[in-house]
Amino acid sequence: MSDATASERPEDVPHTDTVLPAPVSGTGYDEATDTGTGRGLIIETSEGAQELFSRKETEPDELRREAGAVLRLPEGVTINADDIDIEQSDDETMIINMGPQHPSTHGVLRLMIELDGETVLRTKPVIGYLHTGMEKTAEELTYVQGSTNVTRMDYLSPLHNELVLSLAVEALLGIDMPARSDWIRMLMVELNRVSSHLMWMATNGMDHASTSMMIYGFREREMVLAFFEKTTGLRMNHNFIRPGGTAADLPDGWEDDVTVICDTVLPRLDEYDELLTGQPLFRQRSEGVGNLSAEEALALSLTGPLLRSTGVPWDLRRAMPYLRYDEVEFDVIVGTFGDNFDRYSIRLNEIRESIRIIRQVIEKMPAGDYRVQDKKVTPPPRGRIDESMEALIHHFKVFTEGFKVPEGEVYVATESPRGELGCYLVSDGSPKPFRMHIRGPSFVNLQALPLMMRGGLLADAVVACSSVDPVMGEVDR
Amino acid sequence: MDIDGAIGRAAPESGGNSPRHRIDAAHEVRFPTREEYIDVVAGLRDGGFEMCADLCAVDYLTHPGRTLPDGVRAERFEVVVNLLSLSQVRRIRIRVQVPAADAVVATLFNLYPGTEAMEREAYDLLGIVFTGHPDMTRILLPEDWEGHPLRKDYGVGRVPVQFKGAPGPR
Repeated sequence: MSDATASERPEDVPHTDTVLPAPVSGTGYDEATDTGTGRGLIIETSEGAQELFSRKETEPDELRREAGAVLRLPEGVTINADDIDIEQSDDETMIINMGPQHPSTHGVLRLMIELDGETVLRTKPVIGYLHTGMEKTAEELTYVQGSTNVTRMDYLSPLHNELVLSLAVEALLGIDMPARSDWIRMLMVELNRVSSHLMWMATNGMDHASTSMMIYGFREREMVLAFFEKTTGLRMNHNFIRPGGTAADLPDGWEDDVTVICDTVLPRLDEYDELLTGQPLFRQRSEGVGNLSAEEALALSLTGPLLRSTGVPWDLRRAMPYLRYDEVEFDVIVGTFGDNFDRYSIRLNEIRESIRIIRQVIEKMPAGDYRVQDKKVTPPPRGRIDESMEALIHHFKVFTEGFKVPEGEVYVATESPRGELGCYLVSDGSPKPFRMHIRGPSFVNLQALPLMMRGGLLADAVVACSSVDPVMGEVDR
Repeated sequence: MDIDGAIGRAAPESGGNSPRHRIDAAHEVRFPTREEYIDVVAGLRDGGFEMCADLCAVDYLTHPGRTLPDGVRAERFEVVVNLLSLSQVRRIRIRVQVPAADAVVATLFNLYPGTEAMEREAYDLLGIVFTGHPDMTRILLPEDWEGHPLRKDYGVGRVPVQFKGAPGPR
């Protein structure tokens, strides 16, 4: 940003909102700008009341509730009261900024961390740097166009986003889906889980200073992405799973491609075991670090590997099956201690379970339609357009106006690699969603960060952040 | 916690070719008033709903005639809370009507601390204030942003498209 941008903004940024009754305590500007150096920069990068403030600007109540972080567990849920050092003065601690462009924040996540020496006392994630108003955009797009929008939210598991939107739209439409489309979706979504977890293994390895793991993770992920490119035309942001089915059938010889992926990735997971799982340095850095308890995880609405690492066997694929997950066999991987190592093992073994599901999908894949034969939802096949005027009109109507969805509202949730990915969809009977809200698991899971970092070392903060596996595209939407 | 029952529930059967409507999205919905809201949620939490899965708000400004059960007066805003019971394996949805003139609801933070970020998001994007929330600031937009984008009377920015006669990129 240039200086011109800074000078346009008033020095003391006012609270422009008139609805908020009580002003939030201290904006932190005065002190920051008084130093004289880098004045413009401080104003430019300031997030105002969203930031973490020094102790003298924070009320004791707030400090107590925070349990050293922005977690804000209410009374009764907090940890030992003696553990909370509200007596500490500002002279002994410092607030530092990590991000928004720190490589280990996995995107544009800004962490404000209060340090006492090298020990983390409080943390506050400041988010929104990637906010592009996708929920507002969704209200301007038809249901046909909708999946191009949501697929860009969680860019590491785009197919899951498309799936949850499609399931929500189909639930409102009340249409029966052909079996093959369900199984194709399951195949793609599980492959996507493999690629997403491989990506996590790579970045988590890098945060543990294991660059070889990073190279290996990306190498294996590339195989899955190559199959995606062959099937959907794109490596990411596929727009493949659409309301009413999928965009296309699987390519010829898909069984061989997928079998090769399974046969290659599976033995390489054993190599990861050798590289990381059994390695004393890795275990020392991850065991007992970033601990969570089951009560804390439930209170903070954590889902996915974070919740399962605490010993709660909750997986929506098993508990509330969607697609055909009740017809395949797989295990729900559960941890015990809720530490970083548990989350690592859960993700590693979930790749194995996903491969197990994929092999069953190859066996059980039925013949039939890959999309529903409902003329109002699905455009006619390309060949019909040349010979039938009616087909041409249908094609035109579906892609310009879209199809109408009955009035109503629905909440649909699926298990994405990061946790419960939900979609709350409201329709007013028009071809565009009246409101589409995505419950992003990363967004909610990020709330665990202050708790996991508290009392740990700054070096462990990097690993804890990685262990949450936030995808900022989904956090900020 | 007894969620073992849920885990052992799935019975694998043959990979049938029959179409079916698999998503069971017919969750129970309740419509408490703003005054009853906290008590209803607290009752549900004690009744086994361990987690608040989602909280969001909807602006019904341009869709006033929506279907609501008898006795529920439609207001402009609605706060929608999705509670999840892991032990009973079920969901319940709570829809609270919030008038435009007084867009204020009590916070769920003391019942479910996980709603902290969700309520901030609802405040940020729809301007609904949650009283008692420990940090009612914006979360996604900059602090000096004007307006609440997901409100229906908030305009969408557009860039005019010129097809002819527009200067080239360089």
